[in-house]
Amino acid sequence: MMNAIRERKRLQIFGLMFPGAFWLVVFFALPLLVIFVISFMARDELGSPVPPFSLDNYQQAFDSLYLNLFLFSLWISLLTTVVTLLISFPVALYIARSPKRWRNILIFLVMIPFWTNFLVRTYALQFLMRANGPINTLLQGLGVIQEPISMLSTPVAVLIGLVYGELPFMILPLYASLEKFDWAMFEAAQDLGADMRRAFLRVMLPMTMPGVLAGSILVFVPSVGSYITVELMGGGKINMIGRVIASQFGVASNWPFGSAISLLLMVVVTIAALVYFRVGRGERMAL
Amino acid sequence: MDGASTPLHAKPDVEDSALANDFAVELRDVVKLYGEVAAVDHVTMFIRHNEFFSLLGPSGCGKTTSLRMIAGFERPTSGVIAIDNKLMGATPPFRRDVNTVFQSYALFPHMTVEQNVAFGLQMKGINKDETKRRTQEALELVRLPQLAGRYPKQMSGGQQQRVALARALVNRPKVLLLDEPLGALDLKLRKEMQIELKTLQHQVGITFIYVTHDQEEALTMSDRIAIMSRGKALQIGSPLEIYERPNCRFVADFIGETNFLDGKVIEVRGDFATLELPSGQTFVGRVSEGVRAGAHATLSVRPEKMQLLENASSTAANTYQVTVFSIAYVGSDTRVIINLGAQRIDVWEQNSSSTLNPDDYFFKPGENAWLTFKPENALVLAG
Ligand SMILES: Nc1ncnc2c1ncn2[C@@H]1O[C@H](COP(=O)(O)OP(=O)(O)O)[C@@H](O)[C@H]1O
Ligand SMILES: [Mg+2]
Repeated sequence: MMNAIRERKRLQIFGLMFPGAFWLVVFFALPLLVIFVISFMARDELGSPVPPFSLDNYQQAFDSLYLNLFLFSLWISLLTTVVTLLISFPVALYIARSPKRWRNILIFLVMIPFWTNFLVRTYALQFLMRANGPINTLLQGLGVIQEPISMLSTPVAVLIGLVYGELPFMILPLYASLEKFDWAMFEAAQDLGADMRRAFLRVMLPMTMPGVLAGSILVFVPSVGSYITVELMGGGKINMIGRVIASQFGVASNWPFGSAISLLLMVVVTIAALVYFRVGRGERMAL
Repeated sequence: MDGASTPLHAKPDVEDSALANDFAVELRDVVKLYGEVAAVDHVTMFIRHNEFFSLLGPSGCGKTTSLRMIAGFERPTSGVIAIDNKLMGATPPFRRDVNTVFQSYALFPHMTVEQNVAFGLQMKGINKDETKRRTQEALELVRLPQLAGRYPKQMSGGQQQRVALARALVNRPKVLLLDEPLGALDLKLRKEMQIELKTLQHQVGITFIYVTHDQEEALTMSDRIAIMSRGKALQIGSPLEIYERPNCRFVADFIGETNFLDGKVIEVRGDFATLELPSGQTFVGRVSEGVRAGAHATLSVRPEKMQLLENASSTAANTYQVTVFSIAYVGSDTRVIINLGAQRIDVWEQNSSSTLNPDDYFFKPGENAWLTFKPENALVLAG
């Protein structure tokens, strides 16, 4: 009797887990395994992976050229995360503080860009910032500048593109945390002598840290490996690790090397995320 | 202050204070509007140093709003608030010498009990050693030193309540504001905490402004009570004054039990007024403010202040023959409902003897009896 029940429970759990597990295996674990295997192979004249297996690709990846690209990518992504966070916090706070009936409308507005193709949006941004684009035309028309500013093809342009693209991913988790935030806590802090700044730093920020952490990871991880934004906003002059990977799988036709770099990127990002979580959580406990 | 327009308002009790013009908290003609609604409506109160002062009234009467204005979370629409004789104006909460025990406690979930209690001292820039010592003292005061390392969610409601108290008291504020602090506790714990709070207030010598909608709580704990209704402070006085001399029908009804007999005033003589019911009987009671001969008025007489007799002289004041409608034995007393014509009246007879014979506990339904009470035990209220 007991066994029958237990057996049924087990079947139920299996049934519930199967679709998710299937999805993970087919679309995540298997491709990862393929990439992993390829990363140890060599390539023939046409670029296809062939034996023998070796560590050559990894050795090549530790060349200072690629190391610098890694560091630059991490740096740009860190900046993107910080800037996105600084913009998103007030926005999410404003939405969370709005009357209930407004909140859903405002969140809806934040999500609208999702429905437009990312490529199209990035092209639009690129168009805006071009030498003869609307921004320069306007500034020239107003007499603020004489010559058009060249905004594209700079690290700042890439940064702007990344921030623009990632904003919703930061705003949504922050909003989720801030909406749950009990304002009596903020008042209690003020009541105990904390001014706005300290009430924010000592009470509000630690209490909304889960949202900050989630948003930061959601922004940081895709930024490190970003490709389209770098390509379009950087005008081919700014190189990040995502572009290297794309070119290895594309024009350079070196799948094994591309795979090795991809895996390294994954390891680096995972480590960065773990460190970030650890630091973030530690800070929360110490406060 | 605004007595001209609304005669039922409590007058500021400046005159009967020994230290006139030296108050812990003053509210002068304070109004708070939310849109069209007056959450607080021309309230004037003078709260003395070291007083246990309660705001008592039904839900939505403006108690929390009053407290939030004193704490500095809301600004009055008009009127002024002074704390320790200093006008507050736009002074932000963190610069006011008051601390609040929130209804929900509002303990910081990411801090331990000790960190919660130390928070206020840290904000004041008090050094580490003193912070540690005073935090410890505060936790001992509420008898929780052994739980210093716990997080709020690992504690019971009663314990959280005490942490909230310690967190506020550790700052030694001029005034402690408490918004229904015992509201979330069960009855037994609430009774214990009432006594504990009152003792604590004596011990620390801090002015308490205590919000509650529980009249028994207010009566047992307070030095003085302000009865609030619809944003107005109807009466301010000691528990004795509030219970024995309510100044209007609302207060008489809200505090304790009472019988109301509506009629017309036929005579006012000295401290007493005579009221005639529509059914013809006349009653005499203490006159209160605004009662005039010829006007409508209400006689208020509490159930425990009347007697039922087997025989009485019909010529005595406030003495009429009545019919017993129902009786209920409730241990300490017997609650009798009687009919005087069409009027129903509650009379509580104390069970001062101890017998097992049911007949000893007064009348049976349907029997006749004589109702009587002294004029000084009844009040004639205007309106
Ligand atoms: N922030 C607010 N906005 C609008 N109305 C409010 C607000 N706060 C309180 N009120 C209204 O003011 C009145 C008094 O509320 P409150 O002071 O909370 O009463 P109490 O604490 O006595 O129950 C109520 O009618 C309430 O609906
Ligand atoms: Mg309230």
